[in-house]
Amino acid sequence: MSSQVLFGQLLVGLINGAFYALLSLGFAIIFGLLGIINVAQGTFYMIGAFGAWMMLNYAGIGYWPALVLSPLMTGIVGMALEKTLISRMYRLDHIYGLLLTYGLMMFIMGTFIFFYATAGHAYPVPDELQGGYNLGFMFLPKYRAWAVLVSIIICISTWYVIEKTSVGRNLRAATENPMLTRAFGINVPALLTFGFGVGVALAGLAGVLAAPIYTVGPLMGGELVIVVFAIVVVGGMQSILGAIVTGLSLGVLEGLTKTIYPKGANMVIFVVMFIVLLIKPAGLFGQEK
Amino acid sequence: MADGLSLAIKDLHAFYGDSHVLHGVTLDVAAGEAVTIVGRNGAGKTTTLRSIMGMLERRFGSVRIGDQEVIAAPPERVARLGVAFVPEERGIYATLNVIENLMLPRKINERGMSVDELYKLFPNLRERANSPGTRLSGGEQQMLAIARVLRTGASLFLLDEPTEGLAPVIVQQIGRAIELMKREGHTILLVEQNFRFATRIADRHYVMERGRIIDMIPRAEVANRSVQLQQYLGI
Repeated sequence: MSSQVLFGQLLVGLINGAFYALLSLGFAIIFGLLGIINVAQGTFYMIGAFGAWMMLNYAGIGYWPALVLSPLMTGIVGMALEKTLISRMYRLDHIYGLLLTYGLMMFIMGTFIFFYATAGHAYPVPDELQGGYNLGFMFLPKYRAWAVLVSIIICISTWYVIEKTSVGRNLRAATENPMLTRAFGINVPALLTFGFGVGVALAGLAGVLAAPIYTVGPLMGGELVIVVFAIVVVGGMQSILGAIVTGLSLGVLEGLTKTIYPKGANMVIFVVMFIVLLIKPAGLFGQEK
Repeated sequence: MADGLSLAIKDLHAFYGDSHVLHGVTLDVAAGEAVTIVGRNGAGKTTTLRSIMGMLERRFGSVRIGDQEVIAAPPERVARLGVAFVPEERGIYATLNVIENLMLPRKINERGMSVDELYKLFPNLRERANSPGTRLSGGEQQMLAIARVLRTGASLFLLDEPTEGLAPVIVQQIGRAIELMKREGHTILLVEQNFRFATRIADRHYVMERGRIIDMIPRAEVANRSVQLQQYLGI
């Protein structure tokens, strides 16, 4: 096996890991704060990617503005859904939130298939990020390095905001004891709407970053949510840091498995999940109850 | 001197799920007054405080804070009127450190105490500023729960068993903080099992039984009616 192949697969793993991390981070925020298992997380990833594609094809809005606008739009769609539908699930068992978001996923995906069919659309790599670097042991396309870098920066910033700022303090308080937090004058329902918006906007951002790498189509993100779910279980359901670290490392592990034992690549994340559940059921970064 | 907010509850009913817990509670606390609710466990004292805060979903009757009716208001609105809540279980957040716990409640005005003044009142908290809230001892957690609401500039304090399970030295420290609230002219509604502590602070005592107020004893009558009081409390 050449080093080119090995490092090439590792890079693919790292890119997937970066997207896993963004999606899982959003998933963990939403689950921690709202108690909603957001099965539609992959759908918001698709909406983010499709948003960028639509902006380019219908309005001539390029990659750079779309990188900000499309996640923002995804977040707004999410907040509208939280206000109208998801907020009705809070008093019910987790399973209702799961079923609702599952229904939303099928509905949104079906709508996109109705208008765009299932075929993928290409999205061009922006001019500034064409080409790549020859590192000697491998060729590193600029865009892929950029996608990984942005994902990691956004993940770390999100972690910082949650752990170190007053907004994050309020979010953590609302996660731990929503009713008491309201009694301290904090508008928790508004915070939940905001939290859902942020959680799905992270998926939307991953979608825009992914658009030039993978093709943009209604089915992208469909199977991703299963992987995201496994990652969040491994990391610890509500753990912000767990989602980030586990997302990246399992992405890399998946890439590595592709070079060593390709048949096992689709399975390896679930094998890890299985082992972690046996040894540490609360997840690697989770708090035992 | 700050102006305390008055509180007037009339025929308040409240429910936990299907169980009817308050059966028409009526009580008043004048601005700047300190009043306790005493009664046995399960009489509905905590539920009364939680209903005032708007933390119970099903409730009806009337709760007026100052000149505002709040029976249908969500907790965040009640809090923003100037109401501070110190819950029975202290409500210290494990995922927030001491200083974050302290800074969490939203400031209502600029009349509250500064963090430095609070550290002077409770020196233990300064040393533990960066510890997770729930690493504190029970006494320190109670200090934090009280310090937390003294910062906001609230002027009606709902205190649920602030001395429960605490050593006498700590009870004294908590007592000093509550006396300070009173001197500042704040209104206090205190739920308290420790009757000696309650008589030290309060102008009047409401006696609660099975979700109703059954008697009211002004401070001047406490000595004369002590036998009756002991019967009420089942001591």
